[in-house]
Amino acid sequence: MSGYSITEPSRGQKRLAGALVILYAVITLLPLLWIVATGFKSPSDAISYPPKLVFEPTMEGYVNLFTTRTRVTPETLAELPPPDTWYDAIVRKYDMVIAGPSRYGERFLNSVIIGFGSTFLSVFLGTIAAYAFSRFKVPLKDDLLFFILSTRMMPPIAVAIPIFLMYRELGLNDTHLGMIFLYTAVNLSLSVWLLKGFIDEIPIEYEEAALIDGYTRFQAFRKVVLPQAATGIASTAIFCLIFAWNEYAFAVLLTSGTAQTAPPFIPTIIGIGGQDWPAVAAGATLFLAPVLVFTILLRKHLLRGITFGAVRK
Amino acid sequence: MARIEIRNVRKEFGAFTAVQSSSFVIEDGEFFMLLGPSGCGKTTTLRMIAGLELPTSGEIFIDGEEVGQRPASQRDIAFVFQMFALYPHLNVRKNIAYPLVSQGMKRAEVRAKVEEAARILGIADILDRPVGGLAGGDRQRVALGRAIVRDPKCFLMDEPLGALDAEFREHMAEELRALHDRMGATTIYVTHDQLEAMQMGDKIVVMNHGVVEQFGVPQEIYDWPATMFVANFIGSPPMNALPFDGALAQGGCAVDLGGARIPVPESLEAASGALALGARPEHVRLSDAAPYRGRVTATEYLGTTQIVTFDTAQGPVKVRAPSDQVVREGETTGLDFDARTLTVFNASTGRALRSVANREVLDRG
Repeated sequence: MSGYSITEPSRGQKRLAGALVILYAVITLLPLLWIVATGFKSPSDAISYPPKLVFEPTMEGYVNLFTTRTRVTPETLAELPPPDTWYDAIVRKYDMVIAGPSRYGERFLNSVIIGFGSTFLSVFLGTIAAYAFSRFKVPLKDDLLFFILSTRMMPPIAVAIPIFLMYRELGLNDTHLGMIFLYTAVNLSLSVWLLKGFIDEIPIEYEEAALIDGYTRFQAFRKVVLPQAATGIASTAIFCLIFAWNEYAFAVLLTSGTAQTAPPFIPTIIGIGGQDWPAVAAGATLFLAPVLVFTILLRKHLLRGITFGAVRK
Repeated sequence: MARIEIRNVRKEFGAFTAVQSSSFVIEDGEFFMLLGPSGCGKTTTLRMIAGLELPTSGEIFIDGEEVGQRPASQRDIAFVFQMFALYPHLNVRKNIAYPLVSQGMKRAEVRAKVEEAARILGIADILDRPVGGLAGGDRQRVALGRAIVRDPKCFLMDEPLGALDAEFREHMAEELRALHDRMGATTIYVTHDQLEAMQMGDKIVVMNHGVVEQFGVPQEIYDWPATMFVANFIGSPPMNALPFDGALAQGGCAVDLGGARIPVPESLEAASGALALGARPEHVRLSDAAPYRGRVTATEYLGTTQIVTFDTAQGPVKVRAPSDQVVREGETTGLDFDARTLTVFNASTGRALRSVANREVLDRG
């Protein structure tokens, strides 16, 4: 084990690398674990000091997240029939009854519609634009590409006020369509550039072979280019979804009711009956799930996508 | 199968002219070679025949039908790419079936045709494998399978052996030629390898800088090059071109090379000024009596023959001599040119002068 090898790390190097990876994982995952744990704490456990690492798990946070409740006098409570569900029972411990569902479900659905809608639109438009930039002679191609990229250099919030005014005139404030358009516009530069890279990597001979084999240009695109760009499309979709899903500033500014997404809604939970940290944590935990699932579903593509072009096929 | 005619075809890419007004004819069933150095316009010409590029001007006839401006899908031709261009997301069977599926052919028929093509190429056993793991030769066979399965009017091949290792290339070249002979399909084959062109082709077009230099059967092109470029590009080692200043009258039968009189075939045109005498290395013999002298500077042993390099008043001259002939470096000897085989070039235009010997060939191509 003297001598230097470029291919095989020594045992010590491997251990060091492993330790660093674990350390990094702990640092990044700890806040997440904390959020997940807080979701199952009781309100008093959630704010106790020093923080409780061991606690009795309760579903209170989740019940509070999904319901609105009203306080009743102990006398009224006594007159009511016994609770018929487990969540009723939890609420009654605090002299309250469930008045109805909260708005979390709606807001969550809004996030799904707006997040996936804008992701689909960005990737769809991005793919056809990238294909055109990659394959055709477009006048002023380089300038156009730079212009598209330059929209990303500005922090989106810099145009918040003009967009707010514009949306008000267009009647797009607080609409799903408005939010889908907005997120699509922001994501499109990323999607065009990423996808152009991927499509550039697909040899043009494949399409030419398809043209010779009797297919039209569009069929060649659909049957030959798209399957091979699948990797790039998947990774682009993940990046677009993560942005649209997590976006907060525009959502606060442009939505308040119908089209409000989950990010601006979750903090408002805290105002309902004291500092309800477990409910906020529960909302955040559930909110993490779709992106996680989406990423896991596409992870094979994502990994290949990130290293795309690194290895000559 | 088809006869293909290229008439005054020209291709410009912006300010760059890739192919300048080219014309030639490919007869039905011919194995036709487009030969030239890289960047000479041979691939562009092939792509125009395929319909992957449209000519700026000129006409392309396939079986008498003008197809110059039609898309590739309407020309009924098959193209074999240098990098094979097998669809990576499909297996071997689906790759070969792809052109049939586009025609909307019935499944059972597609299956039968694919299996027939695979049998011809000897790849029936790998039909259900993904194309990713195939060796170069098998990839090439799958690409050929995709071409032959639809029984097209004509096969176009763009350096199909370029991506194979040298050892395998020879084997595939034989296989290709045998396949062509069995199917009798018109084939246009692009290559930069003159040996490959001579070996496989029924006819050759030699291109350079977008211009057709010569067009004919391999032996004619080898024996009677129309230009100094062809003389230099074909043959290994290439034809010697001995530059000299002089004059050749119409009907002249000899040139004066630094005082030595060299007989040449009777010239049919007069020329003077910068000329060059073209002689294949195997058409020069060592002869003590010959007036034209050279000093041996190098010998190269090739088995049955050797290449002897002489330093002469006109520069280096290579001679192919039997390898049992004893030649010592540094010795000076006479060089005897075989008069019937010589070509005189006009060195300023690069064109061969017409003589009684090359007249027929030059008039054809």
